[in-house]
Amino acid sequence: MSESEQIDDTVPGDQHISGDETERASTYLIGLGLAVLLTGVSFFVARTTLVWGPSIPIALVVLAIAQMGVHIVFFLQLTTGPDNVNNVMALAFGVLIVLLLLAGSLWIMWHLNHNMMPMDRIMQMQR
Amino acid sequence: MSAFQGIAGPHPVGRGARQPTAEHGARGLWSKRIITGYGFWIFLLSDIVMFSAFFATFAVLVDATAGGPSGKDLFDLRSVGLETVCLLVSSFTCGLGSIGAQTRNGLWFYSAMTVTFVLGAAFLGLEIREFASLVARGAGPARSAFLSAFFTLVGCHGLHVTAGLLWLLTMMAQVFAKGYRPDILRRLLCFSLFWHTLDIIWVALFSVVYLMGFAP
Repeated sequence: MSESEQIDDTVPGDQHISGDETERASTYLIGLGLAVLLTGVSFFVARTTLVWGPSIPIALVVLAIAQMGVHIVFFLQLTTGPDNVNNVMALAFGVLIVLLLLAGSLWIMWHLNHNMMPMDRIMQMQR
Repeated sequence: MSAFQGIAGPHPVGRGARQPTAEHGARGLWSKRIITGYGFWIFLLSDIVMFSAFFATFAVLVDATAGGPSGKDLFDLRSVGLETVCLLVSSFTCGLGSIGAQTRNGLWFYSAMTVTFVLGAAFLGLEIREFASLVARGAGPARSAFLSAFFTLVGCHGLHVTAGLLWLLTMMAQVFAKGYRPDILRRLLCFSLFWHTLDIIWVALFSVVYLMGFAP
């Protein structure tokens, strides 16, 4: 069997590093440490007055995306290795759909609200 | 020779495949694990897409409080932080438990999965307590569009956690009754994927729903 045939697909969540248990457990431990750090920063940023207010939601989104990345790499253990192509392609397609759905909904609904009469005016007209 | 390399290759995927069966059988089990994991991963991505629709609904309706309370008036960040810690640590112990199953270490597997279950149940308890206190304060799902979207999104995640807890109990019972058979290990793999994905969704949830509701 040639070298290329040995490289097969892996399953998300599988430890394909041929290490012992402590080595695999340390992967989860690193993930836990990073996730706790990012969570802590998120909770701190949400209530702090040290940062310019309007930037906080953007900071929260960035921190959340970073933490999801940590979870995918260290807990789901999806990597960019050649044996993980199928899983990563599926993930990329999922992310595309999620982004289209979120951005599309918010964009359309913002314009809809923007072009509509304010809600209190509509309520007054109904009375 | 080739089939043996397939078993003891660089990727020790699925120790069940190492059973001294016929050559083709061993190879077949390995690819079955790959296919099962991939299929379940696609299901999880479709679940994430469903959640993103609920997130979009929530983001559209977050200001539609109909004169009622907004998130800032209602949410208790201490409770949310505790829930986050519970789910995060349970995701970690779930990973430890799957290592225990792969190495056939019964004590490791059962203790890690028990901790996972207890933390998951604690998360669920905190969430139910939060929902009950919201309803008691007259901020139930019927109060405003914002609260309808909130209860739908968070409640859907809570239902997933409930299903995951039942699944976890089933898996522990199956490992106890049937041992570390290849098919049981495949189900365990699917469960740990499910549990990690729930934690990823919770990250989006506490950031978008709770923390952004609190941000000025």
